[in-house]
Amino acid sequence: MNIFVCVKQVPDTTGKVAVKDDGTLDRASMATITNPDDLNAVEAALTLRDEIADAKVIIVVMGPPAAASMIHELLAMGADEAVLISGREFGGSDTFATSQIIAAGIKTYGLGEGDIVFCGRQAIDGDTAQVGPQIAEKLGIPQITYAAGIKYEGGKVTVKRMLEDGYMTVETQTPCLITCIKELNKPRYMSVKGILEFDTKPYYVYDYEKLKDDPLIEADTIGLKGSPTNIFKSFTPPQKGVGQMLEGSGKETVDKLFNILLEKHVI
Amino acid sequence: MAYDCTDLTAFEGVMVFCEQRGGKLMSTDFELISEGRKLADERNVELTGVLLGDGVEGLVPELGGYGADRIIVCNDPRLANYTTDAYADVITDVIHEEKPEIFLVGASNIGRDLAPRLAARLHTGLTADCTHLDIDMNKYLDFLRTGSTLKVDDMKWKMEDINLKMTRPAFGGHLLATIICPRFRPCMSTVRPGVMKKAPFDEARAAACKTTLFDVKLDDERLKTKVLEVVKEARNIVDLLGAEVIVSVGQGIANDPQKGIALAQELADVLGGVVGASRAVVDAGWITADHQVGQTGKTVRPKIYIALGISGAIQHKAGMQDSELIIAVNKNALAPIFEVADYGITGDLWKVVPMMIDAAKAAKGV
Amino acid sequence: MILSEKYQMMRKFYREFAETEFTSELLDELEETGEFNWEIFHKIAAAGLTGVKIPQEYGGQGGDYMAYTLMMEELSRVSAVLAIYANTSNSLGGGPLLYCANEEQKQKYLVPVAKGEKIIVFGLTEPGAGSDAGGTQTTALPDPEDPDYYILNGRKTFISAAPMADWAVIYAKTDLSQKGSRGISMFILDMKLPGVSVGKHENKMGITGYPTSDIIMDNVRVHKSDLLGPLHKGFITAMKTLNGGRLGTAAQALGIAQHALEEAVKFSKERVQFGKPICRNQGISFMLADMATEIEAARQLIYHTAEAMIADTPDVPQLCSMAKYYATEMANRVCYKAVQIHGGYGYIKEYPVERLYRDVRITTIFEGTSQVQQMVISGALLK
Repeated sequence: MNIFVCVKQVPDTTGKVAVKDDGTLDRASMATITNPDDLNAVEAALTLRDEIADAKVIIVVMGPPAAASMIHELLAMGADEAVLISGREFGGSDTFATSQIIAAGIKTYGLGEGDIVFCGRQAIDGDTAQVGPQIAEKLGIPQITYAAGIKYEGGKVTVKRMLEDGYMTVETQTPCLITCIKELNKPRYMSVKGILEFDTKPYYVYDYEKLKDDPLIEADTIGLKGSPTNIFKSFTPPQKGVGQMLEGSGKETVDKLFNILLEKHVI
Repeated sequence: MAYDCTDLTAFEGVMVFCEQRGGKLMSTDFELISEGRKLADERNVELTGVLLGDGVEGLVPELGGYGADRIIVCNDPRLANYTTDAYADVITDVIHEEKPEIFLVGASNIGRDLAPRLAARLHTGLTADCTHLDIDMNKYLDFLRTGSTLKVDDMKWKMEDINLKMTRPAFGGHLLATIICPRFRPCMSTVRPGVMKKAPFDEARAAACKTTLFDVKLDDERLKTKVLEVVKEARNIVDLLGAEVIVSVGQGIANDPQKGIALAQELADVLGGVVGASRAVVDAGWITADHQVGQTGKTVRPKIYIALGISGAIQHKAGMQDSELIIAVNKNALAPIFEVADYGITGDLWKVVPMMIDAAKAAKGV
Repeated sequence: MILSEKYQMMRKFYREFAETEFTSELLDELEETGEFNWEIFHKIAAAGLTGVKIPQEYGGQGGDYMAYTLMMEELSRVSAVLAIYANTSNSLGGGPLLYCANEEQKQKYLVPVAKGEKIIVFGLTEPGAGSDAGGTQTTALPDPEDPDYYILNGRKTFISAAPMADWAVIYAKTDLSQKGSRGISMFILDMKLPGVSVGKHENKMGITGYPTSDIIMDNVRVHKSDLLGPLHKGFITAMKTLNGGRLGTAAQALGIAQHALEEAVKFSKERVQFGKPICRNQGISFMLADMATEIEAARQLIYHTAEAMIADTPDVPQLCSMAKYYATEMANRVCYKAVQIHGGYGYIKEYPVERLYRDVRITTIFEGTSQVQQMVISGALLK
């Protein structure tokens, strides 16, 4: 059984975020991390692998060659193999194009009847939560998102799927795709043993040449050209000024405060 | 005529996915219908809602009252509870038939499951979790004048652009991006709940709203997921680190700690947040230590931090000063908390907080 | 030195582990109760940290001295006492097993120690024999009635983790005719044997939460299969073990100092006096510069020493002493300054530097005082 985990390397937006004058992100100046929700997906995959004989965990990453350092960490956590999908042709992809490429990567590795694909709920750089479901659609397999609990039994998967006001219990068959939230588990750490051994594990790089024969890979379905959405304008919100003392302490003052909050879309 | 997602002229109208859970509409439905109405008026087209469920046509007038011209109702026992498989198949059929230019979905846990699947199948673009929508360029530029640091009037703009301009926060809100989908239709967007303003309910529109019963064709072979149960539960855990809103109390509640905490809790509940506390409040035993913010407590950075009756000792500030927006209420105008606050009110929290609760309820529409 | 990718990954792992698991609630609890916390010990063990430097065939992770050094630095950066939880099995406790145990002993003792299933402690110090290990008064003499047994008598003092220990490595005089450090042998003492008892917990200044007490042996019969290494030659191993222990203590001090610096930088930026953050005063900022420079110098000396231990160069004893001497004295200076920068806030328990100041104090004392290190260093110079 192959257990795939799709992982993204993202800029660390929890700390200081550097923005260039033109309103785009200054990625070069920011530390990169493994997308937090993806670590829950990795843990879900490793937990399942540990329960099942003959299962292996394959990390699937689309990104630049520099993503290797992150992949090494995931192998040091215990993943068995890694696939890095990397190529200039893939650059500038939106979620639609990205899912075409990752789905093609998974198909190229080989998706079998009993296999499962795990993703994180969403990446902290874009917060879209779109790539997981779109990979599932491109692979033609069912999806369950927002998983906070997973049970696997002989090809049948039962998931506690979170809603804002509760949860649903959903059942499906493999192959399927599951997106994971942080409540699902606590990701394990790397181990020193894993760190010492990560470079003995299979590490594949899929470039455009490797994937180009897959029907999902067309000039008009990948990269910037194949992305249905375009950035019209990106910009920074007005800077946080010095604090403002509101006059008075009556109803008018309070109403004024909440009007400001509404205008700023903070509530 | 065959469906061709690149034939832009074949698509017309604004369509909204109306989500129901257990036969009840969601408040995002009304927000989206209200927003959709504005967009439809700008394009001078019809606003339709698409509503899936099992015997849900009774909900039509409620949607009409917020501005929908017509609701496409899809009834089937297999649509009673949401499943990606069934909903995606039925809505794909609806869109193939209706060819809307714009398709809006609430960015709920269900909307964010459904919309990407649909967009991938329909081969079109989807923008996630939008907080602002425009078509008309003049309106868009007005929005940029107040909502960005751009020097709008010194820049060149293509004023005839008629794409839906979907603006959304990125990188944890440090950046905003306006996204368009120029080459494919429908143009799809999920919209953040609570952002769009609900229009006043219009009885005449409610009565005039038309219903189209859609011929649902579901193939059981294609339905791979099954809902075994749906459970409603309120969340009641103190998650200071994960909270988007924290309402914290300090020494200022000393006269009646229980009431002070109850007021903070009520305000937090309305705003979807949790209650925090300064060390003094924890040390006094008025609240448990898992609520504590500051040097010896948690370091937090919520979207909104409201400090009630907290003077702002350096120990406390160390734990909350990186919050995105800080509101402080304190009766001492010289309290250090005001040094880090974005908005400050000098006043008696026993009087100010109840008014804040009312204002928050009004703002949230509850 | 510039760390290789693998060492950088190890540092990241240790740091994530410490920052996540060593919560402020846990640290406060250790301070308040002074008791051993089994829950965190089990987590440390599950993460493989109790066996970082022990070979994989004996249940360890197979890391080298650098892997061990980085662990001590990073764990100590968050908690000096919890670093000791992970340390003993890799250092003083596990060291003698690794160097001297036969295969049977390794399987029996080293494997569970590496996995953190059992706790082994190091019993060298005595009321009359501290730095002068040669003055050992504990004796292990053949049982006149059964030649398969030794009878141990004596008292070991300041033994960290003695109350929790399953086993102790005991140094005892086996040949009373030999003088000084000769005629000493090592034994693995099962703490449950009749005649073994532990003294009362010492009430320490710092590193609370890792109980320390005496081990008292009153006619304890130990089977000869628990003799560790060659008879009468135990002291050589003691010295070899102490080298590794000194490196670990140096790294521990380095981690404490790093934490103190970080706290001082943070506080000096937050604390406003005379209308500006105090870090804008050169009196403060130059103190910070001195602290950072000394820390980095110690770090390089420690890493170099770890590499020397991996390569097993002849100057290892001096280097270990230099690293321990310099890093622990440096860390005391740094913590002093960190408290000073905090002013009154540094003297109250709400701020971490108060604890760091107490925790760091032991580092120039245990595993050989600074003066003993100076003896080793000068001894090598003057021989």
